[in-house]
Amino acid sequence: MFTPATEAILIPLIPFLLFGIIGLAGRRLPEIFSAFLGIGGILASLLFSLHLSVSYFSEPVQGAFVLKEFFSFPWLNFSENLKISIGLVADPISMLMVVVICSVSLMVQWFSLTYMKGEERFQMYYAFLSLFTGSMLGLVLSSNIFQMYIFWELVGVSSFLLIGFYFQKPSAVAASKKAFIVTRFADLGFLIGILLLSYETQTMEFKGILDYFKSGNFNPEVSGIWMSHSLAAWALVLIFVGAAGKSAMFPLHIWLPDAMEGPTPVSALIHAATMVVAGVFLVGRLFPVYSLFEGVMQLVTWIGVLSSILAAIIAISQTDIKRVLAYSTLSQIGYMMFALGVAGKAGAEAGFTASFFHLFTHAFFKSLLFLAAGAIIHAVHSNEVENMGGLRKQMPIVHWLFLIGCLAISGVPPFSGFFSKEEILLNAWKSQPLVYGFALIGSGLTAFYMFRLFFLVFYNKSHSDVHGHESMGLNFPMLLLAIPAVFAGFVPFSSYVTSTGLPEETHLHLMFSIAPVGIGLLGIGLAYLFYFKQNSLPEQWASKLSGLYKLSRGKFYFDELWRAVYQIGLIRALATPAAWIDKNLVDGGLRMGAEKTLRLGDRVKLIQNGKLQDYVLYFLMGILALILLTLLMIQS
Amino acid sequence: MNQELLTPLLILSAFLFFTGVYGFVTRRNMISMLMSAELMLNSANINFVAFNKFLYPGKLDGMFFTLFIITIAAAEAALAIAIIIHVYRQTKSIDVKDADQLI
Repeated sequence: MFTPATEAILIPLIPFLLFGIIGLAGRRLPEIFSAFLGIGGILASLLFSLHLSVSYFSEPVQGAFVLKEFFSFPWLNFSENLKISIGLVADPISMLMVVVICSVSLMVQWFSLTYMKGEERFQMYYAFLSLFTGSMLGLVLSSNIFQMYIFWELVGVSSFLLIGFYFQKPSAVAASKKAFIVTRFADLGFLIGILLLSYETQTMEFKGILDYFKSGNFNPEVSGIWMSHSLAAWALVLIFVGAAGKSAMFPLHIWLPDAMEGPTPVSALIHAATMVVAGVFLVGRLFPVYSLFEGVMQLVTWIGVLSSILAAIIAISQTDIKRVLAYSTLSQIGYMMFALGVAGKAGAEAGFTASFFHLFTHAFFKSLLFLAAGAIIHAVHSNEVENMGGLRKQMPIVHWLFLIGCLAISGVPPFSGFFSKEEILLNAWKSQPLVYGFALIGSGLTAFYMFRLFFLVFYNKSHSDVHGHESMGLNFPMLLLAIPAVFAGFVPFSSYVTSTGLPEETHLHLMFSIAPVGIGLLGIGLAYLFYFKQNSLPEQWASKLSGLYKLSRGKFYFDELWRAVYQIGLIRALATPAAWIDKNLVDGGLRMGAEKTLRLGDRVKLIQNGKLQDYVLYFLMGILALILLTLLMIQS
Repeated sequence: MNQELLTPLLILSAFLFFTGVYGFVTRRNMISMLMSAELMLNSANINFVAFNKFLYPGKLDGMFFTLFIITIAAAEAALAIAIIIHVYRQTKSIDVKDADQLI
């Protein structure tokens, strides 16, 4: 019925058009109608993307899944070497992403129907969701890096709009600004990286970039070496800075926990399942290039490891349900990042597969967890776990769904998270045992903090003065998300998504699984001891490990650190002198000029005083002066 | 023609002229200022007549100029008095100090 190219255009175009329609119509549209427009549009996109990816994965080229360009036409021809085109491509990871984005977005929009009911600006909410979905779909399908950058910024804008959706709250406004500024700051790196990379390769097309490095033409000496790394390596580092900003890697993660000020379904869609993995996607898209540079891969690996461990430690002591989930998202994206990093080593290439496998499963179980948190917040009207507790009776279905999510993220077999995390750990072990060690600790911590949250919300206090209740409108989308959260692990992922495009077989190593599963169960057991019933163990241990506890509670003081950097580095070192120069030199110079002109005018004005006889005197003096001058000239 | 008479005539003319200037600058009454202006014009007339008589006796240019100046001075006096009357109607004064606005 549709050619693949038409389908590929329609997938991002439908949400964009709906954004225009719903956004322009605004309040003139009935609420329910705008919601159904959004949901219907995303459903159409989901169907198209399912069909497109099925047809893509059923037609490998010589047994491999390669980057396939649907179309590409020139858009801006600046010069011979600088051309920007617009096009759409398909490759395994983008096909994976469109399905994930559309399905999670559909569930989230469905969930929002009940969650956001009666909200003012309900229509705008759906318009923004459509904008976000369209931009995200455009991002993953972009055929060149510049077009990707445009969509990259568009998802940033829609994230900004949705974080600040409750703009009456000062904290939401601050959070949206913070998210936008921090990611923009990182995107500056991305932009410079794009320019350097396209200078090196003379093209912006992904296909061209990959071919350039594949063909062996690449010679690091040609474009120059700076600090013992080639230009291309620096370009990749800068692109990674952009990726780290969007994916909230340490130390640019500070915006993500604050982004939880937005409506909870938004957090599920943007800040858990889709937008924040854009950085992982970007590194994955350029993976064949990244894997040529050992040093850059080390950077990716260790930033990922650092993020996963620090975020897990912070998550343990947080009391805001959404913030715990936000830090767990950080931690899981750290896993994806270092899985890509370790995949650079020979023998561990399946780390690429593992990373995207984890992205895939994480999208489902994390959005499930967020939506469940949303349902709880909807019932309790508070984000603090202290106000929850003992909710198992009031919300039995949410309880089971949350348990599924927790088991999946903790890597308990046979839930989806087990398979993907297993792959990551296996490849980390093959590549760098030290990374494996950290990852193992991280997965223990993950299990501990997730079950801490679970027990604190649903058990712990036996009494419960909250009048929680469930509603089918909220539960149904979550039930649908729970299905992939449980079963997505059984997808034969490595036969579709690999770093080379060639299908591979992977096997589960049962002996290998003992350690990760064991440490996960240990974490769950500890959480049970600490938090299942109210007891004094948490306080005891908090005082025993008070140093670590304070660090974790204070989020390792990254916010304060950045504030100091911002205040000393930006305000004192740059802004204050610049303001001084502006105020005193630039403004001062102008003001002085104006002042002098005014003074001169005042003096000249005195001559024109309307006194007739003064005029006559001036006239006479002038005549006398002229006569004197003439006489002098005649004499000489 | 002896030219000895020229110098006293020029001295008379200069005296008249500077009397006019002095009057024009110091008198506040506009009628007096008008009279001072007439003095300056007439000193010029004396110059014209004297130079014509003693330097170019065969010509009448100076005489014609003098006639012109007398005519124009009459016209100017009429105009100036009209202005003074108008100023008087506006300011109830013929003091030149009061006529410093462009109304």
